[in-house]
Order: sequence, then C-alpha cells, then structure tokens
Amino acid sequence: MQYKSQAVAKPYFIAAIGLFLGQILFGLIMGYQYVVGDFLFPAIPFNVARMVHTNLLIVWILFGFMGSAYYLIPEEAETELFSPKLAWLMFWVFLVAGALTIVGYLTVPYATLASMTGNDILATMGREFLEQPLPTKVGIVIVALVFLFNISMTVLKGRKTSISLVLLLGLWGLAIFFLFSFYNPSNLVLDKYFWWWTVHLWVEGVWELILGAMLAFVLIKITGVDREVIEKWLYIIIAMTLITGIIGTGHHYFWIGTPEYWQWFGSVFSALEPIPFFMMTVFAFNMVNRRRREHPNKVATLWALGTGVMSFLGAGVWGFLHTLAPVNFYTHGTQITAAHGHMAFYGAYVMVNLTMISYAMPMLRGRSANSRASQLMEMWAFWLMTISIVCITLFLTAAGILQIWLQRMGTSPMSFMDAQDQIRIFYWAREFAGLVFLVGLVLYIWSFFFKNSEAQAAG
Amino acid sequence: MNETFTKAMARNIFYGGAVFFFLLFLALTFDTVQSLPKRDHRENITDSVVRGKHIWETRDCIGCHTLLGEGAYFAPELGNVYKRRGPEFIKAWIQGQPTGAPGRRQMPQFNLNDQQLDDVVNFLKWTSEINTNKWPPNIEG
Repeated sequence: MQYKSQAVAKPYFIAAIGLFLGQILFGLIMGYQYVVGDFLFPAIPFNVARMVHTNLLIVWILFGFMGSAYYLIPEEAETELFSPKLAWLMFWVFLVAGALTIVGYLTVPYATLASMTGNDILATMGREFLEQPLPTKVGIVIVALVFLFNISMTVLKGRKTSISLVLLLGLWGLAIFFLFSFYNPSNLVLDKYFWWWTVHLWVEGVWELILGAMLAFVLIKITGVDREVIEKWLYIIIAMTLITGIIGTGHHYFWIGTPEYWQWFGSVFSALEPIPFFMMTVFAFNMVNRRRREHPNKVATLWALGTGVMSFLGAGVWGFLHTLAPVNFYTHGTQITAAHGHMAFYGAYVMVNLTMISYAMPMLRGRSANSRASQLMEMWAFWLMTISIVCITLFLTAAGILQIWLQRMGTSPMSFMDAQDQIRIFYWAREFAGLVFLVGLVLYIWSFFFKNSEAQAAG
Repeated sequence: MNETFTKAMARNIFYGGAVFFFLLFLALTFDTVQSLPKRDHRENITDSVVRGKHIWETRDCIGCHTLLGEGAYFAPELGNVYKRRGPEFIKAWIQGQPTGAPGRRQMPQFNLNDQQLDDVVNFLKWTSEINTNKWPPNIEG
C-alpha cells in the first residue's frame, strides 16, 4: 500500500464479502424452493428471497467497485484520496441503507413497505432488480455522487492515467444510468424500454468499463508489463464493448411491444458482444505470459485469468447462445436466461471484484501476498466456486432446453407447472452445485484468517 | 498488438465509437417512441389499468412470474394469461392462494378487494393486447 488513504478500501471489501455470503444463502433458499415449493412459506416467499438474492448481489458488487476505486485511484493518481473521511461516512450510509432495505424486505409485506416509504408519491418499486424503496434509491444516488466527487477530485489533483479515466467514465455512467430507475411510466412498454437503460446499459455497458479498468490495474501490478501496452488493450476492449453493447440493448427489445426492426439491430450487434470478452481473455493471458516479474501473489493472477475466461464463457458464449431473435423467440424468459445470468455475473463482476480483493487485501494488511497456505486455500475456493457455477449453468441450460421442448414446441405443449415437474432433477442438481459453491465461499472467507507469519513483507 | 497501432488510436476508436453508437441508439429510441402508440394501444390504458399496474408492482409479482418474458422463472408467464385463462379464473386464482398443497410452490394471499382484482385483470388484459411480434410461441407462455 503506497498511500495511507487507500486503507479505506478495506471496510468496503469486508462488507462486500459479507453480503456475498448472504446472497449465496438466499440463493440456496430459492434453489430449494424450486423443488420443495412450500419451503419457508409464508415466512420467506420466493419473490422475497429473490429480491434479497439479487439486491445483495448488486449492493455487494457496488461495494466492491467502490472499494476498488478507493484502492486504485490514489495509486494511479499518485496522491492521497481527496477525503478519506467522506469515504468512511459513505461506507456507513450505504451499509446501513442496504441493511435496512434487506430487513424491510424480510420483515414487512412488500405492499406495506411500498406505502411506508413513499412509493405512492413516486412509484419506482416492484420492477425486477429495482425493487428498492424510494429512500434507498435516493440513498444510492447520494452515496454514488459523494463517492464520485471524492474520486474525481482525487484524479483532478493527481496524475491522470487512462485506467483512472476509464474507471471514472464507467462509474459516472453507472450513476447516470441509475437515474432511469426513477422513471416508471404507467405504459408498461415504455416502462420496460427504459428499465433496460439502467439494467442493460449497466451490465453490458458502463460496468464493463469498470471491469476493464480494474483488470488492467491488477495486470499492470502483477505482470509488470508496460502501461502503454495494457492501456492500449483496455481502450480497444472497451471500444468494442460500447460499439456492440449499446445497440446490443436491442436484444431486449424483441418481444416487449417494440418495433420489429430491433430483431435485426439486436441480433446483429449482440452477436458481436462476445468479441470484447474474447479480447479480454486473450489480453489477460497475453499479459501474464509476457510478465516481467514474478509477483508472489499467485492467486490474484489466477483470479485475473479466471475473470477473462469465465466472463467470455458466461457473458460471451452463453449470451450468444440465446441472443439471435429466432432462437430467443423460444428461449426468452426460460431457465436459459437464468443459466446465462448466473455465469455472466459470476464470470464478469464477481470474479473481477475477487481479483481486486485478492490483489489488494494482502497489501491493505501490510504484505505483498498471503502465505502459501492461505493462497492455496483461496485457490481451492476459486476452483470450487468456479466449477460449481459452471455446473449450475449447465444444469439450468439443460432444464431450459427441456422446458422449451415441453412447453413451447410441438402441437400439444405442456403447461408451465407440468413442464417444471418434468425437469425437477436438474433443479436438484443445481441445488447440490449451489451447496458446493457455498463450501467454496466458506473456504474463501477462511483463507483470510490464516496466520501469515511466513508471508512476504509488503513490497 | 502491432506497434503502429498506438494507444491514441485505440482511445479515438473508443470515444468515436461510443459517441456514434450512442447517438444511433438515441435516434432509434426516438423512432421507437414515435411508433409505439400503434403497437401498445395506449388509448386503452384506463385508470383501472394504471391502478392494476401499481398493484402488480407493489406485490412484487415480477419476483416469481414473467411478464412478456421478463421477471423470475418460478411461476407462469402472465403477459398472455388473460387469453389463456380469462378474467374470472384469474380472480378466483388470486383469491384462492395459497393452495397449501404440500411441497408445491405457493403464492401469497394478497387480500385484494373486488375493485383491486378487477384492476389487476384489466392491466393483464391490456398487456395481453400489446403487439409483441407474436411472442410467446404458444398459449402456455
């Protein structure tokens, strides 16, 4: 750690990992409800578990992004953070707001929560991923703006690198596109159209800029490859991301009431979306192969390579699998979508955060890398989590194919629930894989508590 | 990567590409918004439909069901449920929840009054009339 104020990243990372654990536990509850439908009903209905699962995911990824920015920006700008105090304050605001929101989901009926929190004044709730009550949404905007002010001021007073510029662009984009979550017209088609401006332009747009910047930063640190080379790759990757991804939004506009020409725009451009992810994989392996130093933090390298591969498989390959309009006609809204969602989110945004945490956390604890035993444990966690997410994806893909076959093909299609009964075996398999994921996550957390007496001194 | 291809060139492609395609996206959005009235039949969005959407949202229906294919995949597609089941079935179904059948997926009881039930049905009726390019593939959704 080169700058004292980078230390503020640590609570963000710890909170991120804690919420990650919560996300997985609720994922397991939902997975079990898929086969034993009345599990925990009516205490935690499926929709509540799902809100908690997806909202915890979003919140912990945001914690990870913010922590990463607080770690990365001072080092890139070669100056202390503009205001560590503000960063600490926003940490507590965000954590308390997030915790209260989750408690609200779990303890109060959603309709009551909505009327308690001013949803009748400005109705924004009850839309997928944007279920947060109005005060939480406003809180997210405030936290985001203060955070952006803090890191932007840091960059302004320091060295301006391409990496910090790209990171800033991504984070500003994140805040700006979140504003569409406040727009909820009574016309469902318009509602859905602009809902995607938050959801798609986040995960297949500006978040990829953040991902690219974080990955580039870690690769510079662990490989020692020339910054010029890495930043050139970064620019070309994110150029392809936005060139394909913006119009690629069209793959969500096939069947929601929008004009037919979106089937062409959406299919063609989103078919190109795997390109930047493939480049990311090539980039990560290339840089590691051309490394100019042997960094003692081997497991951070593993995470960085894993991010490249898994984001390509999850976002690229599994995205392409169902993105062409004639295919999507059958797959839209099935377990195929769920399969893609799980591997894409894990491969891209979970793994890039864990890459950053893996690299930065030892530094924040005063050493350049953890002990061999700790790294070994973290590698076990890497493989367990990664292999189980691959299995989850494969099981859900199988479930999805069968679901489509039974429910959407042929002359006497089954009803939804009849088809679900036929594919239970895959849901059981998915739940089992989920338990393996939990084991991996527990090992991951355990790896932080290893004695590090033999660890290398901070470099 | 090739030495003649510089970082400045990569950066320019990024900025140029991002701006160009975002502008194209805005243009397409403008055209889409212009053409939507013919496809979404907004003249049929009554006060009841508006209230129905509000009920849909405040009960977090999307947390289990899909609507035009978007949402959760735990329970049936409801974009075409009006055509699949009809208004009376939908109301009776909502009122009859939860079934309590052991081991089966359960839907909460929302205690909706008659007007609220009508509002939900009217919202689903309007939704079922949106021009979705013939999606879903069949009536089962």
